[in-house]
Amino acid sequence: MIIKSDTGIITNTDTPNLIDSQKVSMRKNPVKIAIASGKGGTGKTFISTNLFAILSQQNIPVSLVDCDAEEPNDHFFFIGDLIEEKVVTVRIPSINSESCRFCGKCHEYCNYNAIFYLPMHHQISVLEELCHSCGACLVACGHHAITEKEMNIGHIRTFFIKEGNSFIEARVNIGVYSPVNVIKAAIKEADNQNIILLDSPPGTSCPFIHTVATADYVVLVAEPTPFGMSDFKKSIEVLKKLNKPYGVIINKSTLGNRNLYEYIEQEQIELLMKIPYESEIAVSYSEGKIISDLHPKWHKRFEILYEQIKEKTCK
Amino acid sequence: MQIAIISGKGGTGKSSISAAFATMEEKLVLVDCDVDAANLYLLFDPSHEEIEKFTGSEHAVINYTKCTNCAICIQFCRFDAIHLSKGMVSISEVACDGCRLCSRLCPVGAISNEPQNESRLYSGTFRNGKMVYGILAPGEENSGKLVNAVRDKALEVARAHQIETILIDGPPGIGCPVISTIVGVDMALIVTEPTLSGFQDLERIKAVLDHFQIPSLVLINKYDINKNISKEIESWCTHSGSLYIGKIPFDADFVKAMTEKKSIFEYKPEGTTSVELRRIYRKIKKNYNTQQ
Repeated sequence: MIIKSDTGIITNTDTPNLIDSQKVSMRKNPVKIAIASGKGGTGKTFISTNLFAILSQQNIPVSLVDCDAEEPNDHFFFIGDLIEEKVVTVRIPSINSESCRFCGKCHEYCNYNAIFYLPMHHQISVLEELCHSCGACLVACGHHAITEKEMNIGHIRTFFIKEGNSFIEARVNIGVYSPVNVIKAAIKEADNQNIILLDSPPGTSCPFIHTVATADYVVLVAEPTPFGMSDFKKSIEVLKKLNKPYGVIINKSTLGNRNLYEYIEQEQIELLMKIPYESEIAVSYSEGKIISDLHPKWHKRFEILYEQIKEKTCK
Repeated sequence: MQIAIISGKGGTGKSSISAAFATMEEKLVLVDCDVDAANLYLLFDPSHEEIEKFTGSEHAVINYTKCTNCAICIQFCRFDAIHLSKGMVSISEVACDGCRLCSRLCPVGAISNEPQNESRLYSGTFRNGKMVYGILAPGEENSGKLVNAVRDKALEVARAHQIETILIDGPPGIGCPVISTIVGVDMALIVTEPTLSGFQDLERIKAVLDHFQIPSLVLINKYDINKNISKEIESWCTHSGSLYIGKIPFDADFVKAMTEKKSIFEYKPEGTTSVELRRIYRKIKKNYNTQQ
């Protein structure tokens, strides 16, 4: 696959048999930008979809990955052709009761309490929803009584938007406990692009961490309210632990109070953009429309936002 | 009565509405299960009668004085958490899932497991009763397990103080912390918003509730942002088996109340949103009582 980057450099990404260091020297790594927030509903999808639209219009090769696999929403904002659909599976053990000696070693090895074991009654079974697919039980079993089967936990769909621009959606199945494997697989799917935008899941635990851990730069979206401020501080703590550079967008900037503004000034956090609460934005979002397509004012503002982010990520 | 307030999509107003309902009660146990981003304690400043340490998961750590770089651990790790970097075996804290397989396999006993125990479970008293909540330390995992611990504590507190109502503010999404929040509740109130995203997320969370056979009620917040979608949601409720319980408009008073550390019901008890929420809350309780 040949990718022409915006700097005019043509990069060949077909280098399957090279070791990692050689690969790095031969191709330009894509820049991954995660759009994230601790609190839900702050506007991650709003920012991600507008940035994607702006970059597409500038003919910059870009992929958008909707990493909110539990509730993926980005697809409402784009019309594209589904070009690929992949099933994401995990390996789940199953115990053959004929070869099992009921020794309980697999139960002892499982650190997630996913093997139910009643030695007196010769009962042993796998609690599939608790299993993390680590393979420890398989190693534990000395009697070849454990095999593995594939369990479908979600899908990755790739949509072609236009040449150089694709949209990838991670979607976990209903009733699955952790979306992390689906998220990881979706991010991998986007690995050959110039810029990759990651629309992150909310929160500060596993799904959020596994998304931002892959990013080169994180755009945090925050609201200037007491709840928004508290969740913002928590996200920052995680990003500091992960050593990720970040900046902040204050959304619904006209609601709430000044505390968040004072905090980011005091902590010298880069303020990338302020977006006031406007019912027009809320209405267009509700209908799956991109505000920067509708209004030159917002088009310009998202262009400026991208320029700022580019400066941060090109160093 | 155990009722969970959830939404699928984030930011639809779960916590603000939970706070409003909580302050309509004489005495209840208010539970914050959004352990990733717990917020209700900010409004209610509960006293902390008990603080418990919570150990979520573990991380593998290498003792380099023992490690021989044999790389057996790398071969077996399914989380792609162990790599050779500059000739040394190294474990990524982010990728490690804490399964312990590497430490069990290490022939020289060079890998140990460090528990993550910065997360906390709090219980105490606030102005309308008891409050129980969990705070997951930034970067720690296993939020579902902490939610389970929070819910066990809430039941214990309710029994000890003979409190009937347990109101649970849940996390967004449909994954493990949400499943832990809803399993075993009497009903779930879904707070949605009239956007395409909100509607789709409502359908997904409803499917999760159906999967666990939990009755659901639907409340539309900010219904005036898009009245057409609001209507669609209302009619969807009737054929999907959710009880549509009411709607409230976008109201900037929610945020004003929050900045004064109040619920909207405390901030403006006679305001139209408060009056409507009180009517909705009565309807929820009535619905529970008729089902018993």
